[in-house]
Amino acid sequence: MELFEQSIHDLHQMLKKRQVSSLEITKALLARIEDTDAAINAFITVTGEQALLDAAAADQRIAAGDCAALTGIPVALKDIFLTKGVRTTCASRMLENFIAPYDATAWARMKGQGAVLLGKLNQDEFAMGSSCENSAFGPTRNPWNREHIPGGSSGGSAAAIAAQQAVATLGTDTGGSIRQPASHCGCVGLKPTYGRVSRYGVIAYASSLDQVGPVTRDVADAALLLGAIAGHDPKDSTSVDCPVPDYTAGFQNGIKGLKVGLPKEYFIEGLDADVQKTMDQAIARFRQLGAEFVEVSLPHTNYAVATYYLIATAEASSNLARYEGVRFGHRAEDTAGLMDLMMQSRAEGFGTEVKRRIMLGTYALSSGYYDAYYLKAQKVRTLIQRDFIDAFAKVDLLLTPVAPTPAFKIGEKSSDPLQMYLSDIFTIPVNLAGICGISVPAGMSGSGLPIGLQLLGRPFGEETILQAAYCFEQATEWHRAKAAI
Amino acid sequence: MNFQPVIGLEVHVQLKTDSKIFCGCSTRFGAEPNLNTCPVCLALPGALPVLNKKVVEFAIMAGLSTNCSISPANIFARKNYFYPDLPKGYQISQFDLPICLAGHLDITVGEQTKRIGITRIHMEEDAGKLVHGQGGGSGVDLNRAGTPLLEVVSEPDLRSSDEAVAYLKKLYQIVTYLGICDGNMEEGSFRCDANVSVMPVGSSSFGTRAEIKNVNSFKFVKQAIEYEIVRQIELIEDGGKVVQETRLFDPNKGVTRSMRGKEEAHDYRYFPDPDLVPVVISSDWIERVRADLPELPEDKYSRFLTEYSLPEYDAEVLTSSRQLADYFEQCAQACTNAKSSANWVMGELTRTLNDTGTSIEQCPVSPCKLADLIKLIDGGTISGTIAKKVFEEIWKNGGEPAAVVEQQGLAQVSDTGAIEAAIDQIMAANQGQVEEYRSGKDKVFGFFVGQVMKTMKGKANPAVVNDLLKQKLAG
Repeated sequence: MELFEQSIHDLHQMLKKRQVSSLEITKALLARIEDTDAAINAFITVTGEQALLDAAAADQRIAAGDCAALTGIPVALKDIFLTKGVRTTCASRMLENFIAPYDATAWARMKGQGAVLLGKLNQDEFAMGSSCENSAFGPTRNPWNREHIPGGSSGGSAAAIAAQQAVATLGTDTGGSIRQPASHCGCVGLKPTYGRVSRYGVIAYASSLDQVGPVTRDVADAALLLGAIAGHDPKDSTSVDCPVPDYTAGFQNGIKGLKVGLPKEYFIEGLDADVQKTMDQAIARFRQLGAEFVEVSLPHTNYAVATYYLIATAEASSNLARYEGVRFGHRAEDTAGLMDLMMQSRAEGFGTEVKRRIMLGTYALSSGYYDAYYLKAQKVRTLIQRDFIDAFAKVDLLLTPVAPTPAFKIGEKSSDPLQMYLSDIFTIPVNLAGICGISVPAGMSGSGLPIGLQLLGRPFGEETILQAAYCFEQATEWHRAKAAI
Repeated sequence: MNFQPVIGLEVHVQLKTDSKIFCGCSTRFGAEPNLNTCPVCLALPGALPVLNKKVVEFAIMAGLSTNCSISPANIFARKNYFYPDLPKGYQISQFDLPICLAGHLDITVGEQTKRIGITRIHMEEDAGKLVHGQGGGSGVDLNRAGTPLLEVVSEPDLRSSDEAVAYLKKLYQIVTYLGICDGNMEEGSFRCDANVSVMPVGSSSFGTRAEIKNVNSFKFVKQAIEYEIVRQIELIEDGGKVVQETRLFDPNKGVTRSMRGKEEAHDYRYFPDPDLVPVVISSDWIERVRADLPELPEDKYSRFLTEYSLPEYDAEVLTSSRQLADYFEQCAQACTNAKSSANWVMGELTRTLNDTGTSIEQCPVSPCKLADLIKLIDGGTISGTIAKKVFEEIWKNGGEPAAVVEQQGLAQVSDTGAIEAAIDQIMAANQGQVEEYRSGKDKVFGFFVGQVMKTMKGKANPAVVNDLLKQKLAG
């Protein structure tokens, strides 16, 4: 097995036993990026020189007997995380030359353990999109089939794992932006409970929905990485002060007797046949492992996409107001006065989808429309939250598809935003409810594209979904499949 | 037709916290531009606000002192608009759930006492400021961005500029007493927007109002309101209509002028700030704050009347500011002569502070020293006249009153022998006046007192001089 194919937990053992150095692993991954990224375009920025220095420092640390779970492990981050001294673009022309002056808390915690940063990953601009096509730096391609999208918005984070360009990556998930690309690229993607991981230093798209999470080769890595980044941060008022457990502790307990709910609204007519087949097989496998299935109902599911596109865009319209060319970011030239400077800078700096969402959100908050749109959406959000509370009164977790279809083709939906929005129908309710969810590889389409399944848990129930995902993964081979690149 | 003005005030009170409302940066005034900033108040990508608890505490103090009810659940909202001094493109404020609701203040104008309603008090952050000039460009200084403010909104209960000023002074007195505002109006720590309209006397529906923005002195508020009342009445009498608009007061010309009309008014698109969690204020918290409230002006005034037996006038003057009241109390307690302390504080001390442009905090004569001085008078060591000289001396050069009296030989002479000798000498030299006195013209008595004091260089005990003179002149 090549060094670049290894998991965090295997590399950690090798580093600890001094069978390999961080420098060797880092060099192998940088070479892999060099070889493959022209075809994939997962990286916006590669920080090769600094990575080698940090790997050498990690090796010294290991030599001194200090080898934490992430010490010497080369990782990459969605370009939405601020990384001190490193360009942070959010895949926008607006921040094309923005050098972050501080570190995001999630990255600071990884860095504190001695993780090595390989670079910054492509995404949809300001995390707005489901395909990674809305990037000022060009689309990322799916390593399994380069005609197809990798999913989004954390497309680079998933593609880099599938193309074996990084051991693990971080993404953010506002409406499925970790789980959907993980499903499309055949990797594990975890969206923690809202408040589990600090959002400080993560460029905000929709503050009440955004959550940071890992994209990894397997479930154990997701558990390890979550353990490293989770926990209260005094700099984020919405981060919750509750203890961080050892997420791998329950892995050996199995899932016998676990009650799994199948929300009937998620198994609809017209679900892609390959996705349906994958779900049927997965359910059968879970049964074999001892899980009990119960049909449940999440009756307000149909309203989730509309609700999401009111709340997320409303928050985004305000969150993105700070990009006006005055203090940082793109500034238009030859402008006539302050208002013109701000308007021109925004006109030039933002892409089409970002502008569309700013306008949608501005409209939803406008005087005379607020009650009909934003306030109504907040009320529906409460109903969606209650759907999940009711379901979790009956079951321990929920099993659903991640997306209605495998990865679609590049360009297939870019002319029809509404079709694109509907591709997030199974992931969006999770963010609205603030609960946790994980996508794990569960099958393959007839044309050789990965298909994931989604497990949803109670707020702060990451241990349960990780445990179930681990058991499923151990009983299947899907996570071992490798994209041919 | 006679018109009745209707006035409501929105006062911005800058809170005297060490750090800003949503980050740890200093609130110090006058630093180099953009020195007191961090990713949060610069609104860098990814930065998040964290509420300064002290601001909530100060807001509760203000609410309790203005008879408001304190809301148990508090939501911060974003007020969205673009301006270069507003780095996030929105101001974090409170909208439909402010911290304090439905209070009032009682004001007195002339003989009339009137209750003015307070609609609400809410917490918010200040913006930065634009610096125009040098080289044709404009700069943005974000030192002030994120400074905590309270906005105190009155009901439209005020009916004249005098009432408006009385209300403002009362509010000012309260926030400075509470120690939650430094009261520096020139630096903008206490500034107000005035909503002014006029209606025919006897009417029950208000006229269209104009909002005059950012007036930062009592005098200007009075001027601006008076100008605006006249402008609106003249406009209506000339057949015109008042339009709803925002106006600015020009202190140099004493006029208000239009800044923007209603059609240009912002749609602020308020919505709850998702970066901040609701602030829950327990009744325990409110009671803890209440227990720690300092004595407010009205209570202090009543206490000064009873505890120190001061006249109403003295009590009012002395309680006009907490610092003055504290100075008086320390002095009165140290010398145990309240009336004399009051006279000195309101007289010599206030005059010298005003003449030298010194604030009471910077006063070089401590209350204890003034008390020592008063004790020297009460003990008969020096006269009131000499005491003023001693006061002047210790103001300028420091030192203890007793030591100054000693060093400069200012102690009063009560020795009858020395005074008798002086009287004998003066009577001998002024036989004519002695005759006049004895023939019934007792007005010349003052002449003899003056002569004795002059001979004794002002140090003779006036009571002793009086007694001895009367005896000797009587023959």
